[in-house]
Parts: sequence; C-alpha cells; structure tokens
Amino acid sequence: MNAVRALLLVVAVAATFISAQTNDTRPPIKIGFMVPLSGGNAQNGRDILNGFLMYLDEIGYRAGGRQIELIVEDDEAIPAVGLTKARKLVERDEVHVMAGALLSSTGYALAPYITSMKIPMVYPVVSADDLTQRRRSEWIVRTGWSGSQPNHAFGEYAYQKLGIRSVVTIALDYAFGWESVGGFERTFAAAGGRIRQKLWVPLSAHDFAPYLAQIPRDVDAVYALLLGRTALQFMRQYEEFGLKGRVTLIGGGTTTDEHVLPFMGDEAIGTVTALHYSAALDTPANKAFAATYRARFKKIPSYYSESMYTGGKWLIAAINAIDGRVEDRAALVEALRRVRPSDLPRGPMELDAYGNPIENVYIRRVERVNGELQNTVIDTFPRVSQFWTFDPDRYLSEPLYER
Amino acid sequence: MAEPRATAPDWRLVVAGLGAVFLLAAPPFLSAYWVGLLTQVVILGILAMSLDLLIGYTGLPSLGHAGFFGVAAYGVGILSTTYQAGVVASIAGGFIAGTGLAALLGLIVSHVRDVYFLMITMALGMVLWGLSFRWIPVTGGDNGIAGIPRLETLIGLPATGPIPFYYLALVVFAACIVLMMVLVKSPFGLTLQGIREHEPRMRSLGFNTWLHGYLSYVCAGAFASVAGIMWAYYNGFVSPTYLDLTASSELFLMVTLGGPATLVGPVIGAGAIVILKNVMSAYTARWLLILGIVYIVTILWAPQGLWNLGRHRRS
Repeated sequence: MNAVRALLLVVAVAATFISAQTNDTRPPIKIGFMVPLSGGNAQNGRDILNGFLMYLDEIGYRAGGRQIELIVEDDEAIPAVGLTKARKLVERDEVHVMAGALLSSTGYALAPYITSMKIPMVYPVVSADDLTQRRRSEWIVRTGWSGSQPNHAFGEYAYQKLGIRSVVTIALDYAFGWESVGGFERTFAAAGGRIRQKLWVPLSAHDFAPYLAQIPRDVDAVYALLLGRTALQFMRQYEEFGLKGRVTLIGGGTTTDEHVLPFMGDEAIGTVTALHYSAALDTPANKAFAATYRARFKKIPSYYSESMYTGGKWLIAAINAIDGRVEDRAALVEALRRVRPSDLPRGPMELDAYGNPIENVYIRRVERVNGELQNTVIDTFPRVSQFWTFDPDRYLSEPLYER
Repeated sequence: MAEPRATAPDWRLVVAGLGAVFLLAAPPFLSAYWVGLLTQVVILGILAMSLDLLIGYTGLPSLGHAGFFGVAAYGVGILSTTYQAGVVASIAGGFIAGTGLAALLGLIVSHVRDVYFLMITMALGMVLWGLSFRWIPVTGGDNGIAGIPRLETLIGLPATGPIPFYYLALVVFAACIVLMMVLVKSPFGLTLQGIREHEPRMRSLGFNTWLHGYLSYVCAGAFASVAGIMWAYYNGFVSPTYLDLTASSELFLMVTLGGPATLVGPVIGAGAIVILKNVMSAYTARWLLILGIVYIVTILWAPQGLWNLGRHRRS
C-alpha cells in the first residue's frame, strides 16, 4: 500500500513538474490596453487603468498557466490616435487580446479595425448604445454598460417611486447625453410622466446660468447628465440659483460618480441617480474592492475604476476557461461571451447574446456618511438588460436615441 | 529659400536624397506598424506643405487649416458611406468640398493680414469644427462616420494592406511636392514671396496682391483637401477631431518646427511629430513633456526651423 502511495506521489510530483515546465515554455499572453492618459480625460483613463492593474496584481500576472504581459498605450481621447495605437498593439506588439477605450467616438473608430483583424476586444467603459445593438461586432465584448440601460430603469422609478410627474433635462450635447436622456424619456413618458423641456449643454460649458434660468419653478424635478468639471460647476450653480431644495435633482450616474463626488460639497446631497455601480455598494465583494483600491491609490474608486477591475476579471476568466490558448482567437472571444465570473464588485452580471451585460442597476442618493459624500444605494433593479423589457428585435428596428 | 546655389551641395541635399531613398525603398523591410506611421508622415506631410504655402511663402499664418483637410475627409466619408458613391465621385466630392470651401472662406479672410488673419482663420476653423460636431444627421456628430471602404480595393490594385496603400500615398505625395515646388518657383510663387516680404511695395509695382493672397489660400486649401481625402481612406473613418483647434495648431507646429518656406521642412516637421509622438508614448506617459522640450530646443537653436538650420534669413 505504501509503495503504491509513494508511487502515486512521485507521479503527481512529476506531473506537476512537467506541467509547470510546459506551461512556462509557452510565451506570455500579451494584452494590449489603451485609455486616454493625457489631456482632459486623463483622470478617467487613469482610473480605468488602476482597476486593471489592481486585478492583475491580485492574480500575480498569471492566467491559464501563462505569464501575462500588459502593454499600455495612451489614446489621447482622439479616435485617429486610438486607431494608430491599436495598429501598433496588434501589428507591432502582436497582442492576443485588447481592452480599453473611454470615449464612444474612439469605440466606433476602432470597431471596424478590430473586426477586420479578428482581435478579441473588451470595452469596459464605452457606452454608445449601438456598439452592442445595431452596429455590433462579434469580436467586441462590452463589460460596461450601454448609455440608455440604467436610464430605462430610472425613468420608471422616477415616476412610480419618486412620484415625479414633470421633468426638465439638462444633458451634455453628444451621443452619451442623447442616449441617456432618450432612455429616461422613453420609460418615464410611457409611465405617464412628461418631459417639459430638454436643455442641451455643450461639452465646453463653463456657466450654467443661461440654462438654469430657463427652468420653470413648478416642474417636479431636474434630470442632469453631466460629468467631470461640468458636473461640479452645475451642482454649485444649482444651489446658487435657489433650485436646491425646491426642485428635486435627479440624473445620470456620472453626474455624481465618485470621480467628481469627493470634490463636491453639501450642494450635492440628496441627488438621486442611477448607475450599475456605486462605491458605497454594501456587498462583501465591493467592500473588499473599495478598501483595497483606496489603500493603494489613495482615493475612492469611481465607476471607471471598477469597470476594468471587472473587465479584467472577465478577460482573465475567459483566458482560464481556454487554458491560456489565446492564439485561438475565435475560442477566446467565444469564452469571453460564455464565462460568468462571480463576486464582482458591482454584483451579478452576465452577457446577453449581443455582447452587452445584463446587470443590476442601482438607484443611489448622495449622502454624507462619516464626513464623506457617498452614493448610498436606495433601491436595486436586478438583471437589467440593454433592451429593458422590450423585445430586442423590435427595439433594434427602431432608430437610436437622438436629440 | 531653396534657391539653387553655385557652391557645393549643402547637407540639405544629402538629407533630402537619403530621405527620398528611404521613403521609396524601406517599407518592404519594415513592419506593418512602421509602414502605417510612414503613411501618416507622407499624408500629413502633404498637409503641412499646403500650410507652408500660406505661412512660409505668402506670410499668412492660418490657424484653421485643418478645416479644409477635415471637410474633404468628411466629403469622402459621407459620399462613400451614406450615399454609397463610387470612388471617383467620392474623391471628386471631397476635393470639391474642401477646395470650394477654401474659395468661399478665402473671400472673407483674404482682406486681412498678420494677427487678424490668424484670429479669423482660427474662428472659421472653430466654426467648421462646430459644424462637424453638431450637424449630426450628416456628420454623425461626436461619433463620426466609420466604415469607409479601402482605397486599394476601390481603385483595383492587385494587393491590399499597408504597403500598397503606402505607395499609393507616396505617389500622391510626390505629385503634390512636385506641383508645389513648381508653384513656388513660378512667377506666381515669386509674387507671393514678394507679398510676404513687403506687400505695399508689390502693390505699388502693380500686382493685385489681394488676388494673389486669395489664390494662394485656395491652392493651400486644395492641397489640404488632397491630404484629407487620403487621411479618410487611411483611417477608414472621419471624426470631428480631424479639424479641431488642436489639429490646426499641431499642423502649425509641424511647419514652424520643420522650417517655413522650404516645403521639405514641414514634411520633416510632420515626420518628427508623428514619430516622436508614437515612439515616445510607447515608453512614457510623459511624452508630451518630451515633445515640449523638443519645441523649446528648436526655438532656441533653430528659430527658423530645422530645415533652415545654419541658414540666415535674407534681409
């Protein structure tokens, strides 16, 4: 008996040794990654990268029995630069898989190239609806969200739970703004609500006075979709105009996202927004994520930070599922669509047949807890699809949300 | 000025010759990525040379030149995707859009000089950018227009890919540089340089300086349109960033870095910026800092641009 056990042990050790050897002889898996690291969007890009670095550190830069080599490029938030960098990553560095991009314009510009080169790519943030709808690519998997997705849920919530009947919207005047407001309007109007007025703000706006002055005081709520500097400026002026406390402020998730929230004051308190993530989400997975992130990067994780932590986890799960055989790109993209890692900071998530997540949408209210502003989750819509409750085929036959 | 000299050929001829040989012979030995970068260099080289006609030869500093480049690119993008037009119609449409616009805007800007010219061209450039960004039904707004088919296939080249497209761009580049060299050496070009040096004197000699300035603006717009058409086909998409202020000012830097009134200088400037940006950014996120240092060093040691190094401006 002992002899058999000893033999088994020897075989087991030898097997481990051999497998370790064969694993190590395989060259590293090359992941190409790009986000804006210079210019006005650099902070958001940095957050996305941080999340990815954090996850890669957790797994020791190993997946599927192979070493991982990460190649980071700065796409400057300019689509043509993004394309040049994608060419560099694919043609010079010969990466096996790509991830990244922040802006929709970059996302759209890369898509034809990604498809023609048959390189699997993960879009952690780019939220343009059509990337997983009317103009989807089989090589692109989105682990983020589509712009109208949380807003479909939020439109209904605003009418039914918040008791809002009439709304004025203030949103950034580009595709992200139109799709968010469009999604909100659709379900809000279907429930019986009325959009009184839609105000569109250029991305370069510095002063919201001309817009705030147009808001009728008898409206139930103002829906704001802004981000970065515009969100900060808007919040301040909303209070200065005496609107805070008189007209409820609601909005898209980026308006109070943690990339701007720490720079806001009491004027932000009470704002209700919807997004698929909140740094204050009370789950063990998110608490661990947020604590580690804070300890390492000295700031609260934003939804951008979470995006590529989860995106990275998704990608690594896919690589593990095919035992690191990333040279088989078709198998990798198939695995990306099939895997379903659990314990994500944002909660449960799966991909639909179109490559977009089905995930929880959280209704969050800004509160001050322990002296710090946070997006407290006050309600959850579980498993929200990009098509909400509509039939996908019919949804896709209708036009994309526009102004 | 690239004037023939009786003395022994200076370093410029040697560099230009080596550069030409490199552009012609090197690509088959380079990776697809480097061929792509060289393609960018020659296309942006055409664009930088076209701006040099204005800045260097006519003395009109334009900060809205990327506008024509972008409008021509949009012409190609819109015609070849939304209207499914053929390649000839798309190229002609892009060229007419860019050049026609230059002819139109030229009527406005050709009455002013110096800093006023700079301000007005900058404003018009911003208007064009705004149009591309906000005229959504036509331009697709911020998302731009993707899905422009490949030029090599359209014109029936036997092979597709980076190298055939590169040589196509190189042929266009060669044609443009020859045309522009002929232009600046012609009596018309000499008149432009005369206007740059002393406009009242040219006027008193009987030259219609307004018409010359206007025509040089239109010519520059036409060459910029050619570059825009190639750029649209190279990238396969168009977006508002092609014609924003950053694009125009980067273009301005290419000309001033390389050396105005030399034609070759701006190509070198374009090459330096494209290569520096792409090579540096692969190694450091602080590449903007390095680019800034390069500009400062150039201003200090070669204020007339790299190609005018060691050459004194004639007074």
